[in-house]
Amino acid sequence: MNGDYNAATASGRSPLPPGEPVLEVRDLHVEFRTRRGTLRAVNGVSWSLEPGETLAILGESGSGKSVSAQAIMGLIDSPPGFITEGEIRFRGEDLFALSEDRRRRIRGDGVAMVFQDALTALNPVFSVGWQIAETYRVHRGTSKREAYAKAAELLDRVGIPSAHERLNSYPHEFSGGMRQRAMIAMALALDPEVLIADEPTTALDVTVQAQIMDLLTELRSELGMGLVLITHDLAVVAENADRVAVMYAGRIVEEGTVSEVFTEPAHPYTLGLMHSIPPLHRRVAALDPIPGTPPNPARIPPGCPFHPRCAFARQHCREVEPPLERVGEGRASACHYWEEVKGGE
Amino acid sequence: MASSAMSEPLLSVRGLTKHFPLTRGVVFRRQIGSVQAVDGVSFDLHEGETLGLVGESGCGKSTTARLLMRLIEPTAGEAIYGGEDIFTMSRAQLRRLRRDIQIIFQDPYASLDPRMTVGSIIGEGWEVHPDLVPKGQRRAEVSRLLEQVGLEAGHADRFPHQFSGGQRQRIGIARALAVRPEVLILDEPVSALDVSVQAQVINLIEQLQDEYGFAALFIAHDLSVVRHISDRIAVMYLGKIVESGVADEIYERPAHPYTQALLSAVPSPDPTITRRERIRLEGDVPSPANPPSGCRFRTRCWKADERCAEEEPALVDRFGHGHPSACHYADVSDVIGSSGQE
Repeated sequence: MNGDYNAATASGRSPLPPGEPVLEVRDLHVEFRTRRGTLRAVNGVSWSLEPGETLAILGESGSGKSVSAQAIMGLIDSPPGFITEGEIRFRGEDLFALSEDRRRRIRGDGVAMVFQDALTALNPVFSVGWQIAETYRVHRGTSKREAYAKAAELLDRVGIPSAHERLNSYPHEFSGGMRQRAMIAMALALDPEVLIADEPTTALDVTVQAQIMDLLTELRSELGMGLVLITHDLAVVAENADRVAVMYAGRIVEEGTVSEVFTEPAHPYTLGLMHSIPPLHRRVAALDPIPGTPPNPARIPPGCPFHPRCAFARQHCREVEPPLERVGEGRASACHYWEEVKGGE
Repeated sequence: MASSAMSEPLLSVRGLTKHFPLTRGVVFRRQIGSVQAVDGVSFDLHEGETLGLVGESGCGKSTTARLLMRLIEPTAGEAIYGGEDIFTMSRAQLRRLRRDIQIIFQDPYASLDPRMTVGSIIGEGWEVHPDLVPKGQRRAEVSRLLEQVGLEAGHADRFPHQFSGGQRQRIGIARALAVRPEVLILDEPVSALDVSVQAQVINLIEQLQDEYGFAALFIAHDLSVVRHISDRIAVMYLGKIVESGVADEIYERPAHPYTQALLSAVPSPDPTITRRERIRLEGDVPSPANPPSGCRFRTRCWKADERCAEEEPALVDRFGHGHPSACHYADVSDVIGSSGQE
């Protein structure tokens, strides 16, 4: 599902050698030191994104699914947040080893991000056109006139009708779906190689959700961008991603292609999530939910963090934390008994 | 669970309408229009059944709930409960009504008083209706309710902030059940919860319904959840019901273009399901302050023509399936691929 690989050359970047990830997170540890104790939000997370690929990071609230993206974008306030270990590499360059200036450039040009709530992410006192044009003008050094023309082109590209007239509209004059489109337009202003979308459709209605996901998928293949899709919604993952990393308690517990993970999960948490959602196309007698609640990041259980909620758990799980191990071609699971989980389905 | 359509409905809503006035000016306020949040909604709720009310934001589903609780007053219409119209009831009748009809809100963080203990939250209804549980037995009854909703008796002395979202929703359910309601209105009860916790709360609601036999009006935007829990379903668009019927009818044989578009837009968590062509709806829902003439869905509908702009389609049973739809060009189509799946 790779997009147009010429896109990188078109935007003045050299193409990456085949198989080289455009963005890579290695053994990232992030903690938040609060008065109530240290919250270990991310505990050794690694993932990589190939050009033109869609990677979904799936998790519930408190799983740490957004924290690695925030670390990439430099959005973790410190204090209380601290990146205690790990590397983030964009096109092979370690972000933390770069100068602040170079790092800021990558965050603008290389990687862009869209958020769940466009109303708070957009500035309410500036027109939508101004906000997009300004990003472009500052980074590209163009004239105002050119920047506004670019903004109109971008708004048109993301499907905002009569884009030129809407340049002077303010965020509150847009509907939820239109605001999300405007935020995507702003993110695209600098031709990023990677777009990180953090719950991009969660606040939207079903029919608008589908429109926005279609738009993101279309842009990805047209511009050859890599897409990191952070979500709690299994269905959004199933329909839009190539690969998925499932997170629980600040760790990746399972990873693989979407079709493999969803048809044959190799971690009890993934399996439990799938049993928790009622199917649309038929009726089931009763749902089979995961018992209990996700752990508080200040009190992550010892051993396997999922063991208190797991039907497969036994003594070994309470004592030894299972590492994320390869369980097949391009697949990994952090479960001592993954073969049992996978075989049981 | 399902009850016969022949029996007398427990709650019968006819022509329910709520127009919120739009005003301009501060000193000389004048009305410049109105937001037609709910416009002529009719439905019956039978004893022990679950009616799902679905639609996107702004369709009027939550306003309907607030009207039935008499948290706001309707512009027109009636809701007959126990032979009386809810909207013309006396104070004494209302007090009784608020015991019989209970509501659970979406946000478990905002709907529990942070300064009250869980025990006093659950038992608050007994202050108004002291005959329900004798004073001496209240403590035991709170414990029993807490255990029934999957919490511990000892939780009665704690405060809401000590609980997670799912646990708070359980407390809200215990509070509602404490006064033995006939009707439970659930307004997006699981939307704010994590996926794994959602399923627990859905199972709990179903299990309690079997035990207590209350009728439920389940309001939600998640179509998978609604199908799972509802006996019958009404689909709302811009203040009106556009289609209603037995759950399986609506999902497997939707007749209104909006229902079809809504169902086809729901992503499927199963990558092995090959869906039919997705119906792409253009644009957004129009403003309820200025709804389109004729059929309100016509501005986004691929079937619309002049007739739809002029003549409002009535909600009538067009195919003899006992499944009314409000579209001049209604046509049954299986959009989620129900047939052919196991």
